[in-house]
Amino acid sequence: MTWFIRMWKRVTLAHGAGGRETKEVIERIIRALVPREYWTVKGGTGLDILDDSALIPIDNGYLAVTIDSYTVKPLFFPGGDLGVLAASGTINDLLMAGARPLAALDAVIVEEGFEFEKLLTITRSYTETLYKHGVSLIGGDFKVMPRGEIDGVVISSTGLGVVEGEPIRDDKIRPGDKIIVSGYLGDHGAAILASQQEIGVKFNVKSDVKPLTDLMLPLLKEYRGRIHGAGDPTRGGLSMLLNDWAQLTGTVIVVDESSIPVREQVREYAEMLGVDPLSLASEGVAVLAVDPSVADEILDYMHRLGYREASMVGEVYKPSNPSHAGRVLLRSITGGVRILEPPSGEIVPRIC
Amino acid sequence: MSGKALALLRGGPLVNAILAKIRELAPKAVEAVGQAPIKIMDFCGTHEYTITHYGLRSLMPPEVELVAGPGCPVCVTPAFYVDTAIKLSLEGVRVYTYGDAYKLPGSGRPGGGIRSLEEARAAGGDVVVVYSILDAIRRASREGKDSVFLAVGFETTAPATAAPVVRGMLPSNLTIINVHRLTPPIMRYTFERHRENPIRGVIAPGHVSTIVGAKAWRFVVEDYGIPTVVAGFEPVDVLLAVMEILRQLSRGEPMLVNEYSRVVTWEGNRTAQKMIAECCDVVDAAWRGIGFVPESGLAFRDKYRIHDALLQYGIREPGPDEWSYDLPPGCRCAEVTLGMARPTDCPLFMKVCTPGTPYGPCMVSSEGTCAVWARFGGGGLAEEIARGIGLK
Repeated sequence: MTWFIRMWKRVTLAHGAGGRETKEVIERIIRALVPREYWTVKGGTGLDILDDSALIPIDNGYLAVTIDSYTVKPLFFPGGDLGVLAASGTINDLLMAGARPLAALDAVIVEEGFEFEKLLTITRSYTETLYKHGVSLIGGDFKVMPRGEIDGVVISSTGLGVVEGEPIRDDKIRPGDKIIVSGYLGDHGAAILASQQEIGVKFNVKSDVKPLTDLMLPLLKEYRGRIHGAGDPTRGGLSMLLNDWAQLTGTVIVVDESSIPVREQVREYAEMLGVDPLSLASEGVAVLAVDPSVADEILDYMHRLGYREASMVGEVYKPSNPSHAGRVLLRSITGGVRILEPPSGEIVPRIC
Repeated sequence: MSGKALALLRGGPLVNAILAKIRELAPKAVEAVGQAPIKIMDFCGTHEYTITHYGLRSLMPPEVELVAGPGCPVCVTPAFYVDTAIKLSLEGVRVYTYGDAYKLPGSGRPGGGIRSLEEARAAGGDVVVVYSILDAIRRASREGKDSVFLAVGFETTAPATAAPVVRGMLPSNLTIINVHRLTPPIMRYTFERHRENPIRGVIAPGHVSTIVGAKAWRFVVEDYGIPTVVAGFEPVDVLLAVMEILRQLSRGEPMLVNEYSRVVTWEGNRTAQKMIAECCDVVDAAWRGIGFVPESGLAFRDKYRIHDALLQYGIREPGPDEWSYDLPPGCRCAEVTLGMARPTDCPLFMKVCTPGTPYGPCMVSSEGTCAVWARFGGGGLAEEIARGIGLK
């Protein structure tokens, strides 16, 4: 690279936004510092495919492990709070690997002066969400930082689960697979944005945050092995998830805008802020890549499980030219095609 | 507008009928003009967004080329003003600005290599992103801190800056870096630069027209003989504009048509126009990477100069003789802005210059042509991939 082109010198919020920049941090810092043979435990998965959970082989299956830090502003938002978010995220990451969630550990850091009442509420949400979905809380850590050195509360949550049979590894997604989403996209991201930005517009969409056990456990029971990929479109939304999949598998994924379920209000609100609703986070939606021979059957089953908005939105293709591998195409409702890029940067408002 | 009505403006039978008409008119227009392809320019970042986001280029017949023009106010803000804001923020003056300007790179010289207000904030500078100048006024009044507002934008945002100035709403601790620019002068400038391979039709900016009125574009037809349609921002609006331009070309009758009459009037917003005129004089002004364009900027009139941040902080603006090229080396943003190059013609596009780490200004704003193409894969790649996998 020529001398005059400098990379950014400091960490910006964009690096933690879960888009392209976060990927670069993983690529250029984390993966660069760990020798390849230490990216996984022998026979398992890890930094190699960067799936929702890592897999460690055990007798008759795998142990699934995941960790995430949860920080949300505001801590209490329409439809949930930090505690529900952390527990749901942990459970969903295990489910998306085809695991049955078993146990969790949390590390909580609280700001000096934070009200105990609020801490109690958040912790209750976290623990209740876990045990109501059959997940034990088996340990954790609690620390306090001086006022102003952390904003409220940050929870790191680790999840452990077992895969009894074939795991869902997103690198197994193949041409011909159909893409199914389980419900309305972007509700969580829109609800958070709306509570952060006072733009004087009435917005009453709630976060969709919830564990997907009632969807994924029955699906796994009936269709394990036919679900080739699964993910929850959290930060970066559907755009990020599909781009990750296309890049991981060297395929082209095509989605049809008119079949993607997005609430009218979310679409309008996102448009007003200049944000693509497909880049907004969902915290209670599963995206599946499934074998075409059972795609309709799976979709029908999802409807019967109560996921009435579940919709078949696209298909995986083999690229005709290697340089096209990893791209996601969207057919717009007008009928034109465009590339669905992974989101990048912080979400900023437009000015005119 | 209800969701159902909106959906009709984006797809379905109406869209298909217009597209059929465009395909029918395109060869006739080429025959009448005697040159192909027909170059139609959109003068608004939001039009470019609609065109790219809905894949409208992939629906055009080969005879029609849609070209993006200077529709992005952030992209044309000279580096000098960004640098000035960065310096002030590092010296403890609070800088308020819009989200797009927050990431806009300056020259990279201030503070030992700080390129944007975003980086300035990461380095301890005092920068706050606001949605409107009213937020800045509220906070500055409440907090009492010395502050400046970096005011960028075309005629659409200028009234928002002018109104509080004229109405005496600014607290004494808040001054303004006024970098507002005007669109008709840059349109004239763009036509001149395209003389070799002329622009045959203009999709005039809808948002700007709500303020200046459709009448502001009369000169395009009268002085240049170019069919002009003031258009809205749904796919149907843009497609209707293209259809109308082709119709006029095929008949050899250039006219000014207001397709966006549900929002834009002939006269525009008189109150806003008066507000701007009361607050500011029209002056020759610098455009990034382009230089001074006659009568294309706004400067506070003498009676309001007390609100001018540059005056208050003793900073002298470079004049036409001192202007120097202010784009980073290799960046083709000025040509992209004027529609003389496509983003994909720039060697930096999506290599070192991405929306997350923008190198040139056209990649920063959501209205910038490079940013729009980066986000939605403009430049023909989508069509190529679709053909490759056998999508119809």
